[in-house]
Amino acid sequence: MDDLAIDVRGLTRKFGDFVAVNDLSFSVKPGEVFGFLGANGAGKSTTIRMLCGLLRPTSGTALVGGLDVGRDPEGVKRRIGYMSQRFSLYEPLTVDQNIQFFGGIYGLSGERFVARRKFVLEMAGLEGREKTLTRDLPGGWRQRLALGCAILHEPSIVCLDEPTGGVDPLSRRRFWDLIGDLSSKRVTVLVTTHYLDEAEHCHRLAIIHAGKLAALGTASDLKQVFASRPIVEIQATQPVLAMEALDRLDTVEKTSLFGTAVHAVMRDTNTSSAMLAASLAASGVEVRGIAPVQPSLEDVFLDVVERVGAA
Amino acid sequence: MMRTILAVGTKEMRQILRDRRTLLILLFIPAFFLLLYGYALSFDIRDVRLAVQDRDRSTQSRDLVSAFVNSGYFALVGYEDSDAALARLVDEGKVRAILSIPANFERDLRLKRPVTVQVIIDGDNANTASTVTGYARTLIAEYGAVQMQTLLSTPGARLPTPVVIVEPRIWYNPQLRSALFLVPGLIAYISMITAVVSTALSVVREKERGTMEQVRMAPVGPVAYILGKTLPYLAISFTSAVLIVFAAMVLFDMPMRGSWPLLLFSIGLFLVGAQAQGLLISTIADTQQVAFQIALLSSMLPTMILSGFIFPISSMPTVVQGITHLVPARYFLVALRAIVLKGADVTAFWQELVALAIFATVAMGLASLRLRKEWA
Repeated sequence: MDDLAIDVRGLTRKFGDFVAVNDLSFSVKPGEVFGFLGANGAGKSTTIRMLCGLLRPTSGTALVGGLDVGRDPEGVKRRIGYMSQRFSLYEPLTVDQNIQFFGGIYGLSGERFVARRKFVLEMAGLEGREKTLTRDLPGGWRQRLALGCAILHEPSIVCLDEPTGGVDPLSRRRFWDLIGDLSSKRVTVLVTTHYLDEAEHCHRLAIIHAGKLAALGTASDLKQVFASRPIVEIQATQPVLAMEALDRLDTVEKTSLFGTAVHAVMRDTNTSSAMLAASLAASGVEVRGIAPVQPSLEDVFLDVVERVGAA
Repeated sequence: MMRTILAVGTKEMRQILRDRRTLLILLFIPAFFLLLYGYALSFDIRDVRLAVQDRDRSTQSRDLVSAFVNSGYFALVGYEDSDAALARLVDEGKVRAILSIPANFERDLRLKRPVTVQVIIDGDNANTASTVTGYARTLIAEYGAVQMQTLLSTPGARLPTPVVIVEPRIWYNPQLRSALFLVPGLIAYISMITAVVSTALSVVREKERGTMEQVRMAPVGPVAYILGKTLPYLAISFTSAVLIVFAAMVLFDMPMRGSWPLLLFSIGLFLVGAQAQGLLISTIADTQQVAFQIALLSSMLPTMILSGFIFPISSMPTVVQGITHLVPARYFLVALRAIVLKGADVTAFWQELVALAIFATVAMGLASLRLRKEWA
């Protein structure tokens, strides 16, 4: 078990009476891209902050890079890189001055600093813009620079707390390519996000709800919860009426709105789309299209959250 | 540790230099404030408008009037005989003081009879009134003394009953210019505000922008972070304080009678305490707006009211006097006045320096305790 990048056992954090993180256990292998999914306030950030040595666990242990975050937070800080959604760079400073600052606080100097600076500038695509003020950079560039500053000291583990907030889709795509590059160099990446499309890039996902680990596995593992409960997508002229009609059917477990379409989760695999269409027609709902669909992570997420919430 | 402090300090300095406007504000607004406050805040009273009711119209009475006018404290508006007209002059604010000389003033003086001269003062401003009363009393007493001497020097004069004569000597500020009293206070007042506000804001700004969290993720201890952040501001507020001292010397003829190294040391000690207070505020406030308000109030009010800058501490109620012991400017002012006005050496105010050091240590200790808690 020595080659685990992160090993968490019964991690708990309380703020007064409020349990922000409740008895989390999981482990992450080196080079893995591990995603945390969860609503705002579910406990993702609290977990990440504990893993980064920023917040002491109330109970439980977390070994990060082999070090206990509760006992040696400073050692942990040396081994990880951290980047938050706020791309915490100094905006009145230039690109180069930011790199110098982060190099300075991580104790980089001499040739190593020169080499790492070059690497970061290349990675972020900022060569020739060293003297640009950070505040004048577009969001995507700033995000890449922030990532660069976070990995300047070549950490083996990188924690990204909602790293893509407020960035255009193209830049997000490029950012995930960078994460892929890191992972291929056996850098472990821990990332929280609430963009479910992004979560598909993660090797494994943990869904956190109300401070608890609600589900854990690869994206396709997680979608297995729908193996015995197919999802049917219905295009109706009046989606809300369609939902009401579907909810009245015994064969339908639940419905949810996806844009203008309705997703209906069946109780079992026995009901075909045609049977469903007939039932809907009988209750006077005008259906324009009906077909089974593959579950998306969004279906999984909503399902998990609902089940945990009900329990 | 040294390297981290250097990295944080360099970054901070670059940030300050980038923001030219803030830098100029920090450096020169204090001196500008001194100019503004220095001229506006003055307890000196000159050219009090005076009306004279001279019922004697003699050489002697004219002498007394000239004594008033030549003193520079009074400006003669005119002579007026009627009581009603005089009352109207006061009501309309055209005169603030009336000198009323009785008939037979000269004759009574020659006959060595006691003479009473009346001075009426507009009391709508109690401070001014009491100062003017003092001036008038002194002038009349001086006039009386001169008269007595002339009488004594006339041949065959009889020695009057011996009297005790007060001969006041006011040290360090013989002309009693209130500027000399106020300017050291202003120096303390302005430096305090600048140091507390700039330090508090610089830390809270990092909290607000999230850069502080980023730095906390790095292996940077709170102590290295604080030193790196405050040292540049210490340099700036120190420069700015020295600029105010120079400005005070040039604009208000403030003397500098003591030792420069001692003055600079006291200023430094005072500023470190002020910065510690700023840091403490930054650990309480989460937004720049809140930090600015707390910093301004907590530095401005006590320094203005409870430091002896304007109101003498000895005349405050006992409880309030107790509170003044928590105000660092109180100690700094004693040291500053002692060095600048009196040229005193450290034996005269070492206790004040110790008190400043205690304030700085305690505030710094509290701030780092709170920051450490916040930090990890």
